[in-house]
Amino acid sequence: MDVQATTPLDPRVLDSMLPYLTAYYGNPHSRTHAYGWESEAAMENARRQVADLIGADSREIIFTSGATESNNMAIKGVARFYKSRKKHIITTQTEHKCVLDSCRSLETEGFRVTYLPVKKNGLIDLKELEAAFQPDTSLVSVMTVNNEIGVKQPICDIGEICRARKVFFHTDAAQAIGKIPMDVNNMKIDLMSISGHKIYGPKGVGALYVRRRPRVRLEPLQSGGGQERGLRSGTVPTPLAVGLGAACEVAQQEMEYDHKRILQLAERLVTKIMSEVPDVVMNGDREHRYPGCINLSFAYVEGESLLMALKDVALSSGSACTSASLEPSYVLRAIGTDEDLAHSSIRFGIGRFTTEEEVDYTVQKCIQHVKRLREMSPLWEMVQDGIDLKSIKWTQH
Amino acid sequence: IYFLLLFVFRTYAIRRIRDAFRENKNVADPAKIEELLNKAKANLEVIHRQVTIGQMYSTEKLVIESPGNT
Repeated sequence: MDVQATTPLDPRVLDSMLPYLTAYYGNPHSRTHAYGWESEAAMENARRQVADLIGADSREIIFTSGATESNNMAIKGVARFYKSRKKHIITTQTEHKCVLDSCRSLETEGFRVTYLPVKKNGLIDLKELEAAFQPDTSLVSVMTVNNEIGVKQPICDIGEICRARKVFFHTDAAQAIGKIPMDVNNMKIDLMSISGHKIYGPKGVGALYVRRRPRVRLEPLQSGGGQERGLRSGTVPTPLAVGLGAACEVAQQEMEYDHKRILQLAERLVTKIMSEVPDVVMNGDREHRYPGCINLSFAYVEGESLLMALKDVALSSGSACTSASLEPSYVLRAIGTDEDLAHSSIRFGIGRFTTEEEVDYTVQKCIQHVKRLREMSPLWEMVQDGIDLKSIKWTQH
Repeated sequence: IYFLLLFVFRTYAIRRIRDAFRENKNVADPAKIEELLNKAKANLEVIHRQVTIGQMYSTEKLVIESPGNT
């Protein structure tokens, strides 16, 4: 139940990749023989499949090694290309670590970055976004669906605002692609990051959409033979690209069916847990969200102990990339969650292959262990006795 | 042969195929029917191949699959 971290390879995707891992092993950039030609044909077909999913032209898709690379390319590439005239970037506090880190590294190069705060429900305030623009803003980067709390930002509105001010709009759509309909023209998106292993495709591949009209220029991160329109040198991994393309095609066909099911399962999970257990908070807006990513905080229970108790269900608290540190997630802190609730949060991920039995099992175990851990908690006892925890003065021993 | 697929793919396949049948049960146009049948045959071949691969690289059963779990 941790689909935000990664997803299994859909069998249809694996099936499409295998020929290119076995018999058809040519380098797609080899111009002089059939091995290269057939590999190139497959790569271009995959490019078209990715483009179709987002309403783009296939010439606007660049294959990368994943959304992290796409994010780095987009942010650093655009910022550095226009650095003679434009030195300001706007992003949010709840972005993925790679976006925040890219911005931080740009700050050391002399750029200025505004990190927009988010409201309690996780959405940005459009008025604040408008106020943040400066005459030398080159890029706005806001992720479509957050990987920790599942909130969906108002991408269409942000696109409008950016287009009106002729500022490029980049969105990290890794968690949104193939799950909700995305159209780069309707949403006025100029750059978009795509990740293969979030949509039942292979790990190690992703893509970056770079708009051609009006043209977005980027300084490439990786120098070399000029592949991928000179923006990303390096041999395109044909089997991975084919996998990404197939994953996008399957996602496009299955989007409606999957969404309906995931919504149903998500409602089942939340309703069951909240009806059985009191003092559970859902982090993030109830309405503007992707249903398959649910982040719940169980008051008076420690998140890590709950995770260890649920040892036969794969869950996480916070995101995979920050799981090494002991700090509670910065996303939860940005939405204003109390320190103690932030430590007690668990993220449930529901995907295409999640079954009803898995949801029911998880819910049952979760309820069972939350009740058990609360029984053991002295804080819970005090709350039951009617003591207001915030009024307690903790003393040192 | 379904029982040899990974649990999640097996349940997905059964569910998806059944729902697709239900959704398309009223299709009358013969050309459309033939197109759907061809797609279905192609998908069946995919399933056959993937089952073979799944058998070669199998893993332990999930807790959900074993009856009588606590």
